[in-house]
Amino acid sequence: MSNTNTTDISRRKFLGSAAAATGLTIIPGVMLYEVAQAKPDDMAVTSEVRWGMLIDTRKCSEGCDDCVTACNTENGLTGHDRPETDVQWIRKLKLTDKQTGHVTSLPLMCQHCENPPCVDVCPTGASMKREDGIVLVDRHICIGCRYCMMACPYKARSFAHEVVTDQKVHAPRGKGTVESCTMCVHRVDRDGIPACVEACTKEDHNAMLFGDLNDSNSEISKRLAEFGGKQIRADLGLNTGVRYQGI
Amino acid sequence: MSVIEQIQKLKLLLAGLLITLPLSLQAGDVNLPQVPKAKANATEEHGCVTSVKDMRKNHMEYLLHQRDDTIRRGVRTKQYSLAECVECHVTEDTSGEVANFGEDKHFCSSCHNYVAVSIDCFQCHNDKPQGDGTMSSRDMPASHHNMAFNKHSETGATLDNQNSESGK
Repeated sequence: MSNTNTTDISRRKFLGSAAAATGLTIIPGVMLYEVAQAKPDDMAVTSEVRWGMLIDTRKCSEGCDDCVTACNTENGLTGHDRPETDVQWIRKLKLTDKQTGHVTSLPLMCQHCENPPCVDVCPTGASMKREDGIVLVDRHICIGCRYCMMACPYKARSFAHEVVTDQKVHAPRGKGTVESCTMCVHRVDRDGIPACVEACTKEDHNAMLFGDLNDSNSEISKRLAEFGGKQIRADLGLNTGVRYQGI
Repeated sequence: MSVIEQIQKLKLLLAGLLITLPLSLQAGDVNLPQVPKAKANATEEHGCVTSVKDMRKNHMEYLLHQRDDTIRRGVRTKQYSLAECVECHVTEDTSGEVANFGEDKHFCSSCHNYVAVSIDCFQCHNDKPQGDGTMSSRDMPASHHNMAFNKHSETGATLDNQNSESGK
């Protein structure tokens, strides 16, 4: 066993430094995302980190849906050309100020609340929040009652109405259960970043930033401390993990 | 009726039973499941991720434990991962086709069809290998005894089975 562990650690160190190098070289001086503390596969997540996202709506252009496409591809979300019932984990919103005509475009997904109403109302415990702040549906015990969909102020959850086949291995999903943004938990657990953030950064929009809200040295915390970031429906006191600038 | 007559009748009855029992067993005979062979990793030495005997008896316990660990605690070890089972055990037949879950040729259904146990794993999980790579030798237990003990001290499941094996 000890052999296995040693190999594992050195591999992770290598990956960590490789990731750091990539992060640094794309745009010199700007870290696209902070290199997370490497978590061995057999270690449980802890509340020492709280994953969050910062979205700069001023950099988010109307008509761009790179994040939505990336999410659908990553998680194998396919539609049936029925917008009212097709699943969506992330969607683009357009807000128009009627007085000034100013248009704001932003992506909206599960806000990963600290006090999630969906978890409060779930009768089976399927709706749950991980220690690191990611809110998920445990579809092994979801009975498809959809109370959580009613409770969510952001309309962030979807119900799988149709039989699903050929799912992604890392994103199992099936008919009769509720699903929503997982903050690409399968990537995060392996020190990656969510697919939407990756796509936004790759296309050089840089409107989305992912990181640890508990770490005051992380890029996301620094930016939030300096420039602030709004919660949507802050009046509900949910303390969302996804924050917005420019709204 | 005398006691002797009664005993004689009983003897006849027993004899009749002894003669017909094998016949009735044969009458209900069906083909044993043809379980497809795994792609790799399973060897005579360590069997599957634990011994074959243990896996036959307890695979559902391991999977249940792993699923809660993974979704709720973010533990992503591969030893008892369903995706890894599928990756290694669901194989192509001679014509290169991979069976769907539900068909007798599919590793899981080959047995589950035989014992008439319905499972709903594959309503959500993919039933075919996606070529994401099976466990490397790094992930495999050095010996299934060690691994089984480590795991069992955590799960508290089936110590007896492993103890008896290790005691050999």
